[in-house]
Amino acid sequence: MAKKSPVLAFAKELPQNIFAGFVVSLIALPLGLGLAIASDAPPLSGIIAAVAGGIVVALFGGSHVTIAGPGNGLVIVLLAAITTLGEGNLYEGYLFTLAAIILSGGLLIIFGVLRLGAMSEFFPASALQGMLAAIGIGILAKQFHVMLGLTSIPGGTIEQLMRVPDSFLLFLGLHPFAGVLGAGSLLFLFLYSRIRNPYFHLIPAPMWVVVGSIGIGYYYTLFLNKEVPIDPELLIKIPDQLFSNLPRPNFDKLFDLNFIGVVFSITLIAVIESLLSIKAVDKLDPRKRRSNVNKDLRALGLASIVSGFLGGLNVVTVIARSSVNANNGGTNRSANFFHAAFLVLFVVLLGDQIQRIPLTALAAILVFTGYKLASPENLIRIYKIGPEQALIFLITLVTTLFTSLIVGIAVGVLFTFIVHLFLRKSFFLFSLNIFKPNVLMYREDQSGNYYVSVKNFCSFLNFYRLKIKLDQIPESEHAIVDFSLCDFVDHTVMEGLHDYQRSFARKNGVFETIGLDIHASETQHPFAVRKSLPINVLMGLQNALSNRQKNIEQLAQQLAWNYNPKIENDPKGINRFLFFESKVVNYSVNSLYDDTFTLFDLSFSEGAFITKEDLKGTFLLFKSPIPLPNFVLDKEDFKTALYHWAGFDDINFTKHPDFSKRFHLSGNNKKAIRTLFNSELIYFFESHPIFHIESNGTHILIKGKERLSSLQEIKIMLAFSKDLLELLVKQQ
Amino acid sequence: MAFKHFKTLLFGFAFSPSLKANVYEATRLANYFEAALILLHVGEKTKEKENQFQQLLKECPIKPNEIQTYWEEGNPVTTLANACVKYNIDLLLLGALKRENVVKYYLGSIARKLTRQAPCSVLLMLNPSVERSPCKHIVVNGFDSPQTHETVEAAFYVGTSLNTEKITLVEEISESRVAIAVNDDRSLRKATLRKEKIDREEKLRVTDIVEKIPATKRDGLKWETQSIFGRRGYSIGHYARVVRADLLVMNAQEERQFYHRFFPRDLEHILAELPTDVLIIHSKSHG
Repeated sequence: MAKKSPVLAFAKELPQNIFAGFVVSLIALPLGLGLAIASDAPPLSGIIAAVAGGIVVALFGGSHVTIAGPGNGLVIVLLAAITTLGEGNLYEGYLFTLAAIILSGGLLIIFGVLRLGAMSEFFPASALQGMLAAIGIGILAKQFHVMLGLTSIPGGTIEQLMRVPDSFLLFLGLHPFAGVLGAGSLLFLFLYSRIRNPYFHLIPAPMWVVVGSIGIGYYYTLFLNKEVPIDPELLIKIPDQLFSNLPRPNFDKLFDLNFIGVVFSITLIAVIESLLSIKAVDKLDPRKRRSNVNKDLRALGLASIVSGFLGGLNVVTVIARSSVNANNGGTNRSANFFHAAFLVLFVVLLGDQIQRIPLTALAAILVFTGYKLASPENLIRIYKIGPEQALIFLITLVTTLFTSLIVGIAVGVLFTFIVHLFLRKSFFLFSLNIFKPNVLMYREDQSGNYYVSVKNFCSFLNFYRLKIKLDQIPESEHAIVDFSLCDFVDHTVMEGLHDYQRSFARKNGVFETIGLDIHASETQHPFAVRKSLPINVLMGLQNALSNRQKNIEQLAQQLAWNYNPKIENDPKGINRFLFFESKVVNYSVNSLYDDTFTLFDLSFSEGAFITKEDLKGTFLLFKSPIPLPNFVLDKEDFKTALYHWAGFDDINFTKHPDFSKRFHLSGNNKKAIRTLFNSELIYFFESHPIFHIESNGTHILIKGKERLSSLQEIKIMLAFSKDLLELLVKQQ
Repeated sequence: MAFKHFKTLLFGFAFSPSLKANVYEATRLANYFEAALILLHVGEKTKEKENQFQQLLKECPIKPNEIQTYWEEGNPVTTLANACVKYNIDLLLLGALKRENVVKYYLGSIARKLTRQAPCSVLLMLNPSVERSPCKHIVVNGFDSPQTHETVEAAFYVGTSLNTEKITLVEEISESRVAIAVNDDRSLRKATLRKEKIDREEKLRVTDIVEKIPATKRDGLKWETQSIFGRRGYSIGHYARVVRADLLVMNAQEERQFYHRFFPRDLEHILAELPTDVLIIHSKSHG
């Protein structure tokens, strides 16, 4: 493959980035409006933040497929800032908060310059989760009432939660239509991932909610010739002159303690949310690049300053929107830019329609967001890692709810340390060794492997030392991390190592941890958790075989193949297929195999956070007898046609118009693909059921339906792949 | 500045439970080095103690040709340090506790003070034993320092004397020499290339040191090199532990200042957490 000039490559990828940016803007619009309203700021301030983020971070950022904009985590801090700093006057409070946002942008830049990107590692994972859950509950408590049409419920989070039943009883009397619309929207958001229609999923769920509620409004005005039965109070208001009267940030409280507290809270949450998102998004990047975190922090800081001066909220990297970007083919920062450009277009051209969006529908989106942050699944997952982790989670959660974010996370950190002391029963291990270097890394001269040895203890307090070393190892290499000299490893480290394992697997490297098994047996190592998935133990999946499993077992006996109903947490070789590049593989189960073929059910997820969808499918994998070019063969449909329009290639054969019409074939090495797909092979595909087929050079992966395949379908898949294998052998 | 062989060894003994192991180890070492051994007791001399000690010496299976025993009174540190000068000692043997506790670290135990004050080379013995545990693997520093030549030579001398199987020369390279912060893929690639270059340069330098040692003095000894990017003085100790080396040979500290005890560097890291037996080579020409 000839090396292309970067400009050419950029131009070639431009259409698909425009497309991805467009899809992202569909979700960024409702989220931007909603997050701003939830913070009691003017609705457009969220859009301004997204636009500033999109443009500035696209120009100066150091990541690739991330999207910047207003963040969920900040809602609570901004809301508190606007209400307290204004002392009752929301607009005044908003102006003070703008000043705080600008200052926190400055702090972010300093963070980036000082290369403090590793800072988020100093927070124990469980405490961090607890804090995020508290933020989620905060959003949920307030927005639940708004969703039902009751905008003025006073009190703190706890009080608001207590009033949820009251609102349920009240809302039908006050705003029945708007309330039902809100509740219906929430129901729709929960059910969205259940609907497995690919066309339907082209538009993200939040946009459906917005489009749907605007549509209902139009239905009333255009067809029924009636006023929309929604109180104008419950509709979004946008000022007429968008650009003439910009708000002026008010710096009068510069030395007020409250104000300084706000600046630090905003900065802290912005850093944490951005770093967590960047880390997560890097795992969805189809090009498997590593983001320059510190450069991104600087860009986010600059974007926050710009946004603050224009009257927008502060800018962070956001996970849900970024994952939508990665899933829709975004490849570089231009997608972030285009998402901003489309937002500007929306506001300028569709200002009238935006004003028809009911607040209750937006509130439903926020309730869903809050629920996802505070989802009970998180607590269950953490409880499975260890009861003490759940305790840390809960203590942080409760403290945050009753005090503030800063106090909450501080208590979480302190409590985690106390738990560690209690578990290890030795203060000296920590106090003696905390400032000492404890990590040795070298490249073994004989094998070329990277060997990392960790001494004394390794927890959130000094994980950064290990991280610095691990970051210096290219992910395509073989790394061995040895804990045999280390007395204590905590959950934050184990989770961090798991992340490394994932990124090494993505780039075909090997990342091994050794020395922990001895620990578990010798010292009952408390955190040497093999992270297993919650489902298998919780649901007791392993206890009894389901009917389908029994059928597969029977089939295995018939064919004299092997059957293994166990869950495999780390399926091998799967990540090297294009299909999984922007997806996360969870586990495989029910493998049916012989020497050549392996058939298995796979659980994988697409998207992240509120756009996350857990999917299951049946796959078949076999080794090709001949070396193959990498290719993807799929059914040609509306979606692939759209991709085609967005600049994804389709290889067509003039001699086989039927095949070209029905199949979408893509891959880099077009010449080799054309030689491989001879008339015989093409006839084979034409005359058989259509599967999604991929080659990674050595293996072929065949994907069944968008759901688990039935026994009947499994048999068809097996027969199909046997015939395909025979054909390939013939080509030899 | 060729390395001078160990001709006279000094061992300061005390009546502790490990006395037998210590004495057996000292006599054995002196025998291997074909050196004279001076045994010095600092403290009160009683008939009973003397008899007990003479009995012990008599039972000792491997002995050097020349053993002298002295009894002196006074401050152990100054007495032993003075004895090193008085008897023209080449190597001072010290038994060490495997881990010294916090308070002692800052006040300095006898061994630590002697390590800092001794005008000759020092061997810190971690696990003296009655039976000989073979010294299979020696790790020696390959710092870029004028003392290193002599230290490496000493390592080969000790290696041949003790029938060691392997010597590993460890070059600790400061991260600051790479001078590229790893931020993303591109900087990682740059840093990796730069490291490989430094690694090659260091290997050349260290190989050169070894090759300057006359072939007869490193006869049959297997040796290899290993570069480590990391904190100087720290990495080598950790490395010695990881590879389960039996002896670590180090340069003596170039400068000794009080604040180094608080901001440990080079040797202090190793003294704080002895990974294995440590031999500190005090080069006379740079003393």
